[in-house]
Amino acid sequence: MEILSLKGEEFEKEVLSQKGKVLVDFYADWCGPCRMMTPIIEEVAEELKDELKVFKVNVDNNQELAIKYDVMSIPTIILFENGEVRKTYIGVTDKNELINGIK
Amino acid sequence: MIYDVIIIGAGPAGVSASLYTKRGNLSTLIIYSDESSLEKAKKIENYYGFENGINGKDLYNVGIKQAKNIGVDTKKEEVLNVLVGNEGFRVITDKDEYNTKAVIFSTGNKKNKPNIKGIDKFEGRGISYCAICDGFFYKDKNVVVIGNGKYAISETNDLINIARHITILTNGKQAPEFRAENVDINTEEIEEINGEKKVEEIILKNHKKIETDGIFIAQGVAGSTEFAKKLGIITKQDKIVVNKKMETNVKGIYACGDCTGGLFQVSKAVYEGTIAGLQVINYIREKYTKGE
Repeated sequence: MEILSLKGEEFEKEVLSQKGKVLVDFYADWCGPCRMMTPIIEEVAEELKDELKVFKVNVDNNQELAIKYDVMSIPTIILFENGEVRKTYIGVTDKNELINGIK
Repeated sequence: MIYDVIIIGAGPAGVSASLYTKRGNLSTLIIYSDESSLEKAKKIENYYGFENGINGKDLYNVGIKQAKNIGVDTKKEEVLNVLVGNEGFRVITDKDEYNTKAVIFSTGNKKNKPNIKGIDKFEGRGISYCAICDGFFYKDKNVVVIGNGKYAISETNDLINIARHITILTNGKQAPEFRAENVDINTEEIEEINGEKKVEEIILKNHKKIETDGIFIAQGVAGSTEFAKKLGIITKQDKIVVNKKMETNVKGIYACGDCTGGLFQVSKAVYEGTIAGLQVINYIREKYTKGE
């Protein structure tokens, strides 16, 4: 499942104003480990498509968002619920760990 | 040239893997540098085939000789970085750079993480294990690199054009020979790492403070944990996660022996090395020879 990369101004609408759970993968194109995270995030999005929305945020183009959410290492995956941060995963994270954490 | 497989570490797991890959006609290079935990074992009495037991160092040296005897290339160099290349991977050492289609990590059970108060609390919140991955977040900021060896210098070099100022903190060890305009070296021992939500300062044993935005851990020789972070390999409690085929989540990268956790036994390392070697043969055949 292809994951949409959000621009700064879309973040408010798609993540913060959403009721329910939203998973956001903070990444950059030059980041090797982020590329390893991509297929895992896509599988999570597919398996949990009825339960949560999944987006990516490119930290190169959205530094203010990275700073706001204290992203200092990528990939960082943040689970939002009703617009608030519920969990943060730093580094490439196993699919099952993510799914268990989201449920 | 491009190797079919580079094996990092020359203990029982790495050497066993090489025996299979070399006999399976793969060009094989083992790179090893520092001491294996096997060398420190005075006498091994629970491994098959030695009626009076065997000294760990002897077993280790015989293993390397055995690999050389069947034509495995070996280099005694320190691996500083492993990167995804255009085709396969690039392994960068203190002396050279090698290209390979597959990598087997058999780096043993090294613990490079310094035992400093606050280090776990701030992991990912100012504490980093990979300059090339996280340097971006420290543009024009002050950072500290903890370490004093070649690996610490390599990490410092990855930060030198990004950070405003770098302090190499040796934590009581000897200062490395290294000079650069925006780099200081401090040999004091560390008491603890402090901050509220993220790293803010390091308190030294002499009660002095270093204010910093980030800390890069690069103590000793880089091991599997550091390489895993650079490549995006999944780890659990600092051990590389592998499946029954010794595959990591990164295609073309395998791990075996103590760096995968479980029993720290020669027999387990040999078994895992065997599987990794055989699987790499399959991987190379399927990926590179089909359709030729």
